[in-house]
Amino acid sequence: MRPIEHWLYPTPQGLYCEAGDFYIDPPRPVDRALITHGHSDHARSGHAHVLATPETIAIMKVRYGAACAGAFQSAHWGAQQKIGDVTVRFVPAGHILGSAQIVIERGDCRAVISGDYKRASDPTCRPFELVTCDVFVTEATFALPVFRHERGEDEARRLVQSIARNAERTHLLGVYGLGKCQRMIALLRQQGYHDPIWLHGALVGLTALFQDLGIELGDCRPASTATDAELKGALVMCPPSALLDRWSRRMGEDPVRVFASGWMRVRGRARQRGVELPLVVSDHADWPELLNTIVETGAEDVWVTHGREDALVHQLSLMGRRARALDLVGYEDDAE
Amino acid sequence: MRAFAEVLDCLSTTQSRTGKLALLTDYLRSAPDPDRGWALAALTDGLPLRIGFRRILSDLMAERTDPVLFKLSRDFVGDTAETVSLMWPAPESIVEPPRLGEVVDWLLNAKPSEHAAIIATILDRCNVRERWAFLKLIGGAPRVGVSARLAKTAVAQIAGLDVSAVEEVWHALKPPYAELFSWVEGRSERPDPGSVPVFRPMMLAHPVEDADWPTLDPNEFAAEWKWDGIRVQVAAKAGDVRVYSRTGDDISPAFPEIRSAFSHHDVVADGELLVVRQGTVAPFNDLQQRLNRKSVTGKMLREHPAHLRLYDLLFTRGEDIRMLSFDDRRRRLENWHASERPLLTDLSALVEFDTFSELEDLWRGAREAGIEGLMLKRRASPYLAGRPKGHWFKWKRAALTLDCVLMYAQRGSGKRSSLYSDFTFGVWRPREGSNERELVPVGKAYSGFTDAELRDLDRFIRANTTETFGPVRAVVPKLVLEIAFDAVQPSSRHKSGVAMRFPRIHRIRWDKPAEEADTLEATMALIG
Ligand SMILES: [Zn+2]
Ligand SMILES: [Zn+2]
Repeated sequence: MRPIEHWLYPTPQGLYCEAGDFYIDPPRPVDRALITHGHSDHARSGHAHVLATPETIAIMKVRYGAACAGAFQSAHWGAQQKIGDVTVRFVPAGHILGSAQIVIERGDCRAVISGDYKRASDPTCRPFELVTCDVFVTEATFALPVFRHERGEDEARRLVQSIARNAERTHLLGVYGLGKCQRMIALLRQQGYHDPIWLHGALVGLTALFQDLGIELGDCRPASTATDAELKGALVMCPPSALLDRWSRRMGEDPVRVFASGWMRVRGRARQRGVELPLVVSDHADWPELLNTIVETGAEDVWVTHGREDALVHQLSLMGRRARALDLVGYEDDAE
Repeated sequence: MRAFAEVLDCLSTTQSRTGKLALLTDYLRSAPDPDRGWALAALTDGLPLRIGFRRILSDLMAERTDPVLFKLSRDFVGDTAETVSLMWPAPESIVEPPRLGEVVDWLLNAKPSEHAAIIATILDRCNVRERWAFLKLIGGAPRVGVSARLAKTAVAQIAGLDVSAVEEVWHALKPPYAELFSWVEGRSERPDPGSVPVFRPMMLAHPVEDADWPTLDPNEFAAEWKWDGIRVQVAAKAGDVRVYSRTGDDISPAFPEIRSAFSHHDVVADGELLVVRQGTVAPFNDLQQRLNRKSVTGKMLREHPAHLRLYDLLFTRGEDIRMLSFDDRRRRLENWHASERPLLTDLSALVEFDTFSELEDLWRGAREAGIEGLMLKRRASPYLAGRPKGHWFKWKRAALTLDCVLMYAQRGSGKRSSLYSDFTFGVWRPREGSNERELVPVGKAYSGFTDAELRDLDRFIRANTTETFGPVRAVVPKLVLEIAFDAVQPSSRHKSGVAMRFPRIHRIRWDKPAEEADTLEATMALIG
């Protein structure tokens, strides 16, 4: 049996599995793509054949249109499937709705491509499922020892308390549109916040999709339909870019700007966006989660992709593991 | 510690002055003594602690973390104390953090050799926000966007007083300020301010905009040169002289000769601090050598002599003349100066003019060194605190520009650490012993672009990197940056022999070929 580097390796088109003739999360259109999850740096439009979980396929269709790939094939959670010379299965990654780790086996060698993942609880998606393996491909978005996220429940409670304290001011919560938005809504509902939540236009479609797929998010409405009186003291959610732009001027003289992101751990990042209440909530693994997960998989080889590869590769070598950075193009270090 | 951490945390992200003031006032009203007094000290003059802060932090981290990871983290976060607070191993179990008063007591009563162990013990008992607040507390200026003045305003608000009431007694008080709190809470008499000369808030100008000109009547304005030094207030009373910066920081220790020049006067004056040799204003750089010093050497005094060019008078012999018009104050200033003749001072002359275009011609013709621009002051205006609209205008010269070529880029720190945001650029010069030309760096700029431009630049840099050294990348020399700056000065520290003052990126010339960028010769021609 040839070593794994000969049948699974990075190319300019993305991570390629030669033994099955497919790419994983390719940044450019290819013939056959396996997609871990619906974030735009992983799921692109224009592939001839896409294999992904049903939720990911639904997300891609909402984002890019029903015809964004030549053909879609649903991967059933946990089901083995033969592709060329390898078998493949999709296992929950705990990152966002539909997010999967892709497990590839050939002979007695098992590789897990984890996409993006987290271990913290999330009411909007299936929890991360640990699969032991020989090669673990990990993200490194928050791979610095300074990143230790707070519990989502605690941060949601801080937001609810701030809303209660500032009855006159609108709270403007910046979130990434897919995953973080719906997770924050679900966390707020868990904390007993049942008022209508007003959504920027860019968040409406995906939130409706989550609700269609059976996730309880309560009363969510488009912010464009709200009267000024309704916005006073209310919670409005928007993409991060809208926090400071012209759109936000509708939210009164002095809204409380809130941003829920792992980057909020660093004060400079919060100040840069004019954020008054930074919530350290992330859908990515933080530093301890990354290290624990890698140890638990038992992987001898760890391949590190987008983010802070340098720090993670260094730490893993201190821990006596073989680690290398996969220089894949097309991923954003900074996005969530 | 918990309440202090909470308020410091909120202060660091609250934008509005009123928001900050409300947070601080609430905290100072509710926190017990001496905790609040130490907190106030940290936000104003600093705690009276002498701790080898940098060294202790690096020793503690060396025992607990890997040096490579610490460096990568520190580069990303951009602040050592914050990095330590984030990387510090979390406590096993949650315990009550120590009280602020306890913390300060421990450190005040400890030998220097015990500081590291005490700091580690305290960090072990704190959560991440408390660790950060603690390190900011003992590390000097916490930099949470609270000026000493704002903190004093918060104290004054407890009693519904004006900040000047607190400022007048401030210099007679010591941390943890029990007397002060007792007074503002009505439990005791006003502390005796003694005879210390206090800072009075200064009057500042707005830049004059194109739209302003039609609304300005030249007859209503006096004009004077704006000198290229630093604005100060000299307050002298009963032999005690203080030199205050624009923000009320006491910078007297760095300027002993100014203090002695005013030691027999009773006056509060506004002026520009300059280095002047044989009547000629030296470049700003010379003055910079004198700033931020706790003491000065005789050599420094001889080679970089300080001088005060006076603009205005606020008090004479205890009389507050701030409500007089500019014209009246100017007359008082001239009379006072003519009779008292304080050493190391002169008056900033008024520039006579009838029309603004005449004034502009005068300015263009002015050959004197150290002129940074013109001030237009409404003749009828009193001396008002802050930056009131419509009274004082500053009129600056348009900046000089050069087309330079981008050579190196470096990741920013803190909020910009994910992007390349520090740029070194150069101009062409002949390569020695050949007909070819080479680029020589002439400066570095950090600012002057929008977020979108920053992203475009970042993309350009990643795509055109030739070499990487740590956070620095060398790039293919093909992108022209139009650099604006205030002046070019000769410099022995730079390979090119010149240094720019305040360079910033004016425009990115995606369209311009690098060969057409400016030369070192053209750059040299702008010296002066
Ligand atoms: Zn993702
Ligand atoms: Zn990703």
